[in-house]
Amino acid sequence: MAGEPSINTFGQFELHPLLGSIGKALCFSQAPLYMMISVGVVLAFLYYGIKPAAIVPGRFQASVEMSYEFIHDMTMDAIGSDGIAYFPFIFALFFFILAGNYIGLLPYQYTFTSHIAITFALAVATFTLAIVVSIKNQGLRFFAHFMPEGVSLFLAPLLVPIEILTFLSRPVSLAIRLFANMVAGHVMFDIFGAFVVMLAGFGVVGDVCAIGPVALNVALMAFELLVGVLQAYVFAILACIYLREAVAH
Amino acid sequence: MAVIIKIYRTKVFVVLCSIFMLVSLMPTSAHATGMPQLDFRNPLVNGQVIWGCVIFLVFYFALSRAMLPRVGRVLEDRSKRIRDDLDIARKAKRDTDKAIAELQQARKDALIEAKEHLQSALEEERLATEKRIREVHDRLKAEIDEAERDISAEKERALGSVRDIAYETTQLLVKRLVGVTPDNQHVQEQVENAYSRHLI
Repeated sequence: MAGEPSINTFGQFELHPLLGSIGKALCFSQAPLYMMISVGVVLAFLYYGIKPAAIVPGRFQASVEMSYEFIHDMTMDAIGSDGIAYFPFIFALFFFILAGNYIGLLPYQYTFTSHIAITFALAVATFTLAIVVSIKNQGLRFFAHFMPEGVSLFLAPLLVPIEILTFLSRPVSLAIRLFANMVAGHVMFDIFGAFVVMLAGFGVVGDVCAIGPVALNVALMAFELLVGVLQAYVFAILACIYLREAVAH
Repeated sequence: MAVIIKIYRTKVFVVLCSIFMLVSLMPTSAHATGMPQLDFRNPLVNGQVIWGCVIFLVFYFALSRAMLPRVGRVLEDRSKRIRDDLDIARKAKRDTDKAIAELQQARKDALIEAKEHLQSALEEERLATEKRIREVHDRLKAEIDEAERDISAEKERALGSVRDIAYETTQLLVKRLVGVTPDNQHVQEQVENAYSRHLI
């Protein structure tokens, strides 16, 4: 009914062209803008953090070095000695997602990781890279993985499609996990925020009752900070695991 | 090898970019009215994938060519510096240990040498003392011998005059007792007789 208060929780995910007609022609929306901001923030963090190049690092430099070593160790531990070739990719993947998730948590900002097109593209990139590396390292033996060892050939018609389906579900699960977490968090923010606005219309009682949704939003922010880094880590570690399988001879 | 890896990674990324574009341009009928993310007819939704591909590619190359090697160099320089410092410290420790060992050996040698010197000095002193004692002993012996000789000579001389004293005393006593001067010959014979019998 017209005039009744409603909650448009998905409005925050809508894309709008920026830079007028040029932006419309180039399909330039807030998503690429926030990707650029995220990339810029990460590059600035690395550039200014490592600029002193001190033997005894300050806090800023130490944070850059810790970031580097965290991803480096994770990559090397998961993939092995061949992992160094994929370290920049894993680093880029982790910090691209992390910066996107965290910048999206700031008020009035946009979260580009809440779009499945983006998360799916990242997942497909990872998946394709793993397949290319697998075929390069293993050749045609790569396809032997779809038939588990020691299993009777009679079961092949059943098992091989299941294995292929399992394999193909990897990018889907990667994409949906990140997308769903981001969307769910921001929808909940929006819902509880809208509750506060709606309760404000009920006078003093509404103001008192609005404390609940505000407190929930504060708790949710802490939770989303955890989810933001956790999802970036999960995406990166799964990419490492897929690449470990790919580099194995 | 590094060049091959770089070319390989570049090729992989070109392939990935192509896949991004294919995914973004893929026709779909999954248009949901509720979620703007699923409105694939919206060119902005697909456009953001192409933009994302370009931005991610730039990000990747900025990281792999500039930023990460720079951070890696700083970490490598530090670990090299720490390694070098540790090597210097280990070398200094080895030198110190060697110097301590040499010092201890020198102390041991010095102690042994000092003992030998002391032993030698004591031996020399003992020999010198023995020599001095011997000399003193010889000198005393000589003096004793000389003294004994003097005593013997004096004794001989004293004993030689005892007869005369006995003779004169006998004569005097006889004369005083009897009032007669005894015969000298007889007195002399009696004194000689007593002397020979060790009465005198």
